[in-house]
Amino acid sequence: MRQYSNAYIIGFATAVCLVCSIVVSTSAVALRERQDRNKVLDRQTKVLVVAGLLGEGQAATAELVEGLFSDNIRIRAVDLASGEYSDAVDVSTFDQRKAAKDPAASRVAPANNAGITRLPDIALVYQKVDGDEVEMLILPIEGKGLWSTLYGFVALAPDTTTIEGITFYEHGETPGLGGEVDNPSWKALWQGRQAYNETFEPVIAVIKGAAGPVAEDPYRVDGLSGATLTARGVSHLVQFWLGENGFAPYLENFRAQGGVS
Amino acid sequence: MNAKRKGALLDPLFNENPIAIQVLGICSALAVTTKLETSVVMSLAVIAVLSLSNFTISLIRNLIPPSIRIIVQLTIIASLVIVTDQILQAFVYDISKQLSVFVGLIITNCIVMGRAEAFAMQNPPVDSFLDGIGNGLGYSLVLIAVGFFRELIGAGKLFGYQVLPLVTDGGWYQPNGLFVLAPGAFFLIGAFIWLLRTWKPELQED
Repeated sequence: MRQYSNAYIIGFATAVCLVCSIVVSTSAVALRERQDRNKVLDRQTKVLVVAGLLGEGQAATAELVEGLFSDNIRIRAVDLASGEYSDAVDVSTFDQRKAAKDPAASRVAPANNAGITRLPDIALVYQKVDGDEVEMLILPIEGKGLWSTLYGFVALAPDTTTIEGITFYEHGETPGLGGEVDNPSWKALWQGRQAYNETFEPVIAVIKGAAGPVAEDPYRVDGLSGATLTARGVSHLVQFWLGENGFAPYLENFRAQGGVS
Repeated sequence: MNAKRKGALLDPLFNENPIAIQVLGICSALAVTTKLETSVVMSLAVIAVLSLSNFTISLIRNLIPPSIRIIVQLTIIASLVIVTDQILQAFVYDISKQLSVFVGLIITNCIVMGRAEAFAMQNPPVDSFLDGIGNGLGYSLVLIAVGFFRELIGAGKLFGYQVLPLVTDGGWYQPNGLFVLAPGAFFLIGAFIWLLRTWKPELQED
């Protein structure tokens, strides 16, 4: 076997690394803009779906999504602790999940049963607006199910308690069992139910078995068969985000200000 | 096309199928085959990485010092995987989200390293390129077959379209949850290996 000098080996390794790093960084830089746009579009699409402006799984062009979003949705940053609007971040680029991991922009979450370890200082609220009037509040929610963290949105009417819709856009629950949180007919069961009771405690819960019709049984939602733990996780996470450590202070302010953005 | 090149391209489909005969690359075959769509995209990604890595490594095979050849192969494979991942994120964002880490894990797919070491280091670039495509296709064949049955039996869908109407939506089909979990893929791959050896008895080991 041919012998190679150490100098040749080091030189060869350097050359390979150099060429590879140029290829990798060129592709990363050249595609960055497109990837960022995809991420924004992805988030906008999810918000539009829970707002009922876009059908689920409906193929929409980038222009349609951007147009619908800018016409109907306003993003506001909210300081979770005080419940006041905040101007500390740029809402178009703010990444709430990243912020929750950043010690400078988050705090340790108080003990909770939704599996949340850190809370971001600032959270985004999406408002479906018609002129200056807010028609719907769309709040990001997340928390542990059985296997995974579920990420989604819950949409509330301006009275801040009537649920207009719920969706989970990312989870790793068992398909066919816990994964049925994606099932449109189950999600439709949430519509019209009340998140809070008369004293504004978040009481909405997924139960085992079937709940009654909306008018008679407004605080309970049908369980998912074979998915007790996922359903329990969904109850806990919805209650957490609508509770005092979540969006309750903001929703209180919102009600006090008469639902004006 | 001479016999050797044809062999490099076609043998891996059945006679030397990387999954069914060599039993390489099983991990990703279990993970990404719950749906046909992800199986197809993953297959394309592996074909691209495998053929290009084989080609590149073969191109410089006489320059690579044997003492660092593995790490050089890995560097090249890793770079190609990152580029592939970037392209998927830019052009098919939804699918790249579903494939998540598994595109990155092509780096550790035994097939890619295996072909670089076993074929590309000894053969000229064009042959190696064809060998890469052939092995990629062999891998894809199993992946897509498994993905087809898992999505059909596990969810009653193909490419996301409901083919068998589900009981929960008022239809007649009760999906079999076993097939969307990893064991379903094991049974299917096992069945594929069995059928292949029944069809071609010369592949049976003692």
